[in-house]
Amino acid sequence: MKFLSQLISGISLGSIYSLIALGYTMVYGIAKMLNFAHGDVIMIGGYVVYTACVTAGLPAAAGVLIAIVFCTVLGVAIERFAYKPLRSASSLAVLITAIGVSYLLQNVALLIFGSDTKSFSSVVSLEPVSLADGALVISGETIVTIIVSVIIMVALIVFINKTRPGKAMLAVSEDKGAAQLMGINVNGTIALTFAIGSGLAAVAGALLCSAYPALSPYTGAMPGIKAFVAAVFGGIGSIPGAMIGGILLGIIENLSKGYISSQLSDPIVFAVLIIVLLVKPTGLMGKKINEKV
Amino acid sequence: MAMLEVKNLGIKFGGLHAVEDFNLELEKGALYGLIGPNGAGKTTIFNLLTGVYKPTSGQFFLDGKELTGKKPADINKAGIARTFQNIRLFSNLTVFDNVKVGLHNQIKYSTTAAVFRLPAYFKSERLMNEKAHELLKVFELDDSADTLASNLPYGKQRKLEIARAIATNPKLLLLDEPAAGMNPNETKELMDTIKFIRDKFQLTILVIEHDMNLVSGICENITVLNFGTELAKGKTEEVLKNPEVIKAYLGK
Amino acid sequence: MSEKSAKSPLLKKKAALRPVTKKNLVTYLMVIVFFALFQTLSATGNLKFAYKSLLVPICTSVIMAVSLNLVVGVLGELSLGHAGFMCVGAYVGSFFSVLTEDIITVTWIRFTLAFIFAAVAASIAGVIIGVPVLRLKGDYLAIVTLAFGEIIKSLVNVLYIGKDSNGFHIAMDSAKLNMELDGMVIVKGPQGINGTPKDSTFFIGFILVMLTIFIVTNIMDSRTGRAIMSVRDNRIAAESVGINITKYKLIVFTISAAIAGCAGVLYSHNLTTLSANTNNFGYNMSIMILVYVVLGGLGNIRGSVIAAAVLYSLPELLRGFSKYRMLIYAIVLIVMMIVNNGSYFVKLKEKYSYKFYKKINSKKNGKEAV
Repeated sequence: MKFLSQLISGISLGSIYSLIALGYTMVYGIAKMLNFAHGDVIMIGGYVVYTACVTAGLPAAAGVLIAIVFCTVLGVAIERFAYKPLRSASSLAVLITAIGVSYLLQNVALLIFGSDTKSFSSVVSLEPVSLADGALVISGETIVTIIVSVIIMVALIVFINKTRPGKAMLAVSEDKGAAQLMGINVNGTIALTFAIGSGLAAVAGALLCSAYPALSPYTGAMPGIKAFVAAVFGGIGSIPGAMIGGILLGIIENLSKGYISSQLSDPIVFAVLIIVLLVKPTGLMGKKINEKV
Repeated sequence: MAMLEVKNLGIKFGGLHAVEDFNLELEKGALYGLIGPNGAGKTTIFNLLTGVYKPTSGQFFLDGKELTGKKPADINKAGIARTFQNIRLFSNLTVFDNVKVGLHNQIKYSTTAAVFRLPAYFKSERLMNEKAHELLKVFELDDSADTLASNLPYGKQRKLEIARAIATNPKLLLLDEPAAGMNPNETKELMDTIKFIRDKFQLTILVIEHDMNLVSGICENITVLNFGTELAKGKTEEVLKNPEVIKAYLGK
Repeated sequence: MSEKSAKSPLLKKKAALRPVTKKNLVTYLMVIVFFALFQTLSATGNLKFAYKSLLVPICTSVIMAVSLNLVVGVLGELSLGHAGFMCVGAYVGSFFSVLTEDIITVTWIRFTLAFIFAAVAASIAGVIIGVPVLRLKGDYLAIVTLAFGEIIKSLVNVLYIGKDSNGFHIAMDSAKLNMELDGMVIVKGPQGINGTPKDSTFFIGFILVMLTIFIVTNIMDSRTGRAIMSVRDNRIAAESVGINITKYKLIVFTISAAIAGCAGVLYSHNLTTLSANTNNFGYNMSIMILVYVVLGGLGNIRGSVIAAAVLYSLPELLRGFSKYRMLIYAIVLIVMMIVNNGSYFVKLKEKYSYKFYKKINSKKNGKEAV
């Protein structure tokens, strides 16, 4: 039973990683950049929900909705002002800028909300489900997280494969120049990608803070790094890769916390990543690119 | 015994034979041409002979020593150097340093000697500088020695690539479309240079080229490739008159 | 024409074959002047304590930045785990010093040995990380180096080492050390190492900075350095001229790690308590050093020295603005990147530098010009 309960909460944590990893991987696939500030968008999402629900007393659903809108706008604004001027610059220059944006978001949050940890009240009001005569208790947060994540992932797959803007995203990630020649609005598509990624980050922020109710300006950093690991694990640029990578990462983390040591869970996660990359250098579902001579 | 011996060399990508049953024997000092329409597998043969690709069948030998399946760096050490169709220079290094990288395995000293500036460093660097300068003079690049390779005009970049390849002291030099992008005057000049370096550095040269003036001007013998297989082989002027070859080039 | 050939590049090159090139000489002089100035200021009591305590950490940052530049700028591989090597060096160095403080009483001998052990340990870590480097590229490599750094940081946080009459005891849990009563626990998990002798001084930091610059610039300006840069510029062409890529990548990772290990010793012997957290040995530190390297210029050693010294001090000097200092830092970083690399500004710069050169050329060729 312990195994099952660890597994389920691992899947729940992993779903959150997947949502964040999707943002990383979509942006990487389309803009070929590592958006280091992505983790901090989660934290901003958390603070918006906190402000709306705890400070202003709005219902949870409204808070989450406001956070999604806020983060979407924020993501597009970050892209417009910080990354777009660097479209033709080296990837390292963009990476450093992203690090700058990450510092900026953390310090804006620090200025507004202070460095003390806020106790977040869960956006989920579902009662825990008790199975097998109480031997297995699944919290409402876990259930909602898994359900919400599955819905979002299915919706995202349908959006990308069936709609025109989704197909435009695929085209831009394949070949920016050719997509432009085919009349696709490349700038618009990149902005859309940031919008979706940041919206997902807001959802992830609300779910993360509900499951682990401690919110500080640095809340987003570690989940951000873990989700980045998940994206690479699954093969960066690949959407199914990010989903699978995130969930696997969550399971590995939770099982090693439960059975080995909570202090060693992070090194184990990172060690698994290294082993996977050594065996499969482009991740689980990444494409192998050969240089033409 | 021939200097370069290629026996039934071939490579498959997926199910497709990019090159099949390629055979070639080059005597020392030969200037041999490899021609054929685009996609015939010419550059693939260069990539096989330099270890960029591992052949799926066949073998090749240089001076009787088998090099099949060896790594690019080891093949270069064994005596095969090349240039690239799409120029590959060390773009952030100067012209001079590009050639000095070519001298890497000719004049050696340890990293320790470099860090502590031991006498070996000064002695070897001086020797390298002299050699590099000599080579640049041959290609009339000595005036641009301190220019970044990426800032050279196109024609000079092609020359620098040849100079860098020769710096590795090869027995066999593979030139991949050396005249691409050059005007007739430059091509004429290049033909003289190729002949000159063959004699001066006692090289055997295998050249891929589309410019028929260059091919018929310098190559004694040629092979014509089409769809990865040999279409014709022999004395240049005879092969170029072969109706099969004309058909392959001009279509039906 | 005869004048021109008299200044042939060969002669220029021959003249340039000195132990120290002109460009590097400027870098050395800059460091010496900086050292002399602040050493005098602090010796004469003209330097506030807050600034004085910055001097050794500045040296640490400079050493870290210059050694990372060897990986990122010269070899062209993105590493996000440089602080991990510093961590290895800091722990090994401190462990050694605490252990031998009573045995080796001559400070400089003990300290030198600490540096040597730390450099060896860190370079072993460098080789271990170097192996995946041979298989991975770009962002995949970046994440693996980040992962390695985090693993090292997490592992030292659960590491307990004690010594008693039976010898050393190593465990991942303080309860499992099984020490005799006469034993002493040296490494205490999250509490780290206590009581490292405070051997680091500004002078030693200065010597280390000079040594680091000496090693890195001498490598760059040599056969080894050219081989490394050729791998960066064009891997396939480098192989085609007989460069053993594996060898040179490993050389870079080993040397760079060893130097970072020494920076760790300098760091840990400047503190009484050493413990590992995200800000000193985690990815935050690695990223901060990467920022110094990129802003100083890839492959530009003098740039790394200046950027590390200025950017490390900047947040401290901005203490007056206390709450806003990191915010200002973040904005400065973003604006600098956009101004330096943004397409709009790059075009603007090209336009003006073109005009500038045209002016110079027309002056120079004034009489000859047609």
